[in-house]
Amino acid sequence: MLQDKDRIFTNLYGLHSPDLEAAKKRGAWHLTKEMLDLGPDWLCDQIKASGLRGRGGAGFPTGLKWTFMPREVRDRPHYLVVNADESEPGTCKDREIMRHDPHLLIEGCMVASRAMRAHKCYVYIRGEYIAERHALEKAVKEAYEARLIGANNLNGWDFDLYVHHGAGAYICGEETALLESLEGKKGQPRLKPPFPANAGLYGCPTTVNNVESIAVVPTILRRGAQWFAGFGRPNNSGTKLFCISGHVNKPCNVEEEMSITFRELIDTHCGGIRGGWENLKAVIPGGSSVPMVPAGQIMDAHMDFDTLRDLKSGLGTAAIIVMDKQTDLIKAIARLAYFYKHESCGQCTPCREGTGWMWRVMERMVRGEATHDEIDTLLDVTRQVEGHTICALGDAAAWPIQGLIRHFRHEIEERINRYRQPRAFVQGAVIAAE
Amino acid sequence: MALRRFDLEAGGDSFAFKSETEEKIAFWRGKYPADKQRSAVIPLLWLAQKDNNGWLSEPAMREVANRLEMPYIRVYEVATFYTMFRLQPVGKFHVQLCGTTPCQLRGAESLRDVCTKEIGKAMYVTDDQRLSWEEVECLGACVNAPMVQINDDFFEDLTPESLSAILARLRHGAEVTPGPQIDRVNSAPEGGTSVLTDASLFDGSRTRVPVLPNLPRPPEPAPEAAVQPQAASPTITKREEPASKDIKS
Repeated sequence: MLQDKDRIFTNLYGLHSPDLEAAKKRGAWHLTKEMLDLGPDWLCDQIKASGLRGRGGAGFPTGLKWTFMPREVRDRPHYLVVNADESEPGTCKDREIMRHDPHLLIEGCMVASRAMRAHKCYVYIRGEYIAERHALEKAVKEAYEARLIGANNLNGWDFDLYVHHGAGAYICGEETALLESLEGKKGQPRLKPPFPANAGLYGCPTTVNNVESIAVVPTILRRGAQWFAGFGRPNNSGTKLFCISGHVNKPCNVEEEMSITFRELIDTHCGGIRGGWENLKAVIPGGSSVPMVPAGQIMDAHMDFDTLRDLKSGLGTAAIIVMDKQTDLIKAIARLAYFYKHESCGQCTPCREGTGWMWRVMERMVRGEATHDEIDTLLDVTRQVEGHTICALGDAAAWPIQGLIRHFRHEIEERINRYRQPRAFVQGAVIAAE
Repeated sequence: MALRRFDLEAGGDSFAFKSETEEKIAFWRGKYPADKQRSAVIPLLWLAQKDNNGWLSEPAMREVANRLEMPYIRVYEVATFYTMFRLQPVGKFHVQLCGTTPCQLRGAESLRDVCTKEIGKAMYVTDDQRLSWEEVECLGACVNAPMVQINDDFFEDLTPESLSAILARLRHGAEVTPGPQIDRVNSAPEGGTSVLTDASLFDGSRTRVPVLPNLPRPPEPAPEAAVQPQAASPTITKREEPASKDIKS
């Protein structure tokens, strides 16, 4: 278990004040000027050495991402955009940072902007987080008033931070859709290349980072890259905010060491599985977009990028959705299929049509109103959506269904059998997919 | 994707921002470069929705387009794309019930029954104009599931009973308290947390570190200093292209 002295988000639960004075006492804005004075190369090297991997789901090394920005600022200004459009089902970690520890985020934005030679930063917060937006705006105002940020500030790097908000579109969590939305358009992802580091916000070099990736940066620099790299297994270093929801006794957010085992995480912080460990059925370990892992494989697995990848799933945003044996898994995944159908932006045909098709078939499977060979048809369609779209929403819609079929095919089959049993001569097969 | 249409009849012919909103409009417009004012379209539509009893009429969208000198169609496009913009009248208190899997697992379906029983079918406005509801997708408070958002506030850790009580209070104009409706603080575990209890985190001890670690040294030992952290690096540093398929980066 991670010790209190090694926690980065010391006000995760909002037990203390989020104000500047209290945040400073907890260590925020300490030695910031010294960090900024050391320049971009030192900052990028330190973050690379810490092994920090992006906390938004893909796990791309943050320090490396920063080095993709042009080394000189020419005619186009550089921008940092912070992705606070936290909409992945299961995930609610950035919300806690923004409402309870906003100064860590603001300080992180400033340090990251220095590392990529940007003077302006936009934080794109999801529209539903209204209280969180006000909390962040308040903290930004405090920082301006204390001359920590702004023009000619005490830290010696001109820096402006603006809070922008969305209006309820999951797809705006994809980085290029987020940039489109920030430019005042529909949030439809752009083709890459060009990557945002070349042409991002307003056509200028831009880096998009997750809130958690940015907010941990100042503490890593203050305590040293080795300190952060000391947690977790190689290639999966650091501490991480886990959001545990679903069928545990006490769902909660908690900061823990990477590579903690699932069993330890649940027993230490969540009071165990509802109905005991034998009652565990399956877990979605990284937000709704990753395939589920059955109980037997997850119980003693390390919660990190590589272990979960080997289990054909992923750490994603570390949003753990626990499902016990009373859960109707088919219905749970059908609801996710509806989510993706609802949130598809409509740009690429495989996703726009495929998500609706998959949802309708899943709804029939919930009732058992299908045939056995339709399971293979469904699996086949998920493979045709996956990888054939501009952004990863198509993949995200396909993976939960693939995970269900991979591990719980027998449940779908049993349900079909049960539906057909008393009426063996009713031709279920003619109910075609729409 | 969701198909969304305007209600052209209910909105009337005109819309004007309230005078106290002008300050907020100026605040939002000030955030974007002078030639990129279009960026303010979502915040302005949101303010317009607030000034129009919680929904967006077509005249309100036109007003926003005029302010930002945008073609009307570009504003319509944005208003129909983003689901927080409501295109038909709603009650004074509009309940958005989260129905996505993490909430569903913890009983969102029984909350849906409560809404249907107390209010009516989705998007129906009660006769006293006070309540309406709809089911929405994940609102990002999954560890406090099941939850609803009523206007600007999150009501978390609900049961059918506590939701009925909240709806009854709203119907009669009584005060309601947002946040978790059971014995817990924000997203901490129910009944209190065992972590973040160390007093030294909060008394200023963390600010006593005088210098940063890993400072670059003067020229001679510089290679050493540069090499040292690299050696400890567990990161994959060989990949050069950013992954093109990262949905949440």
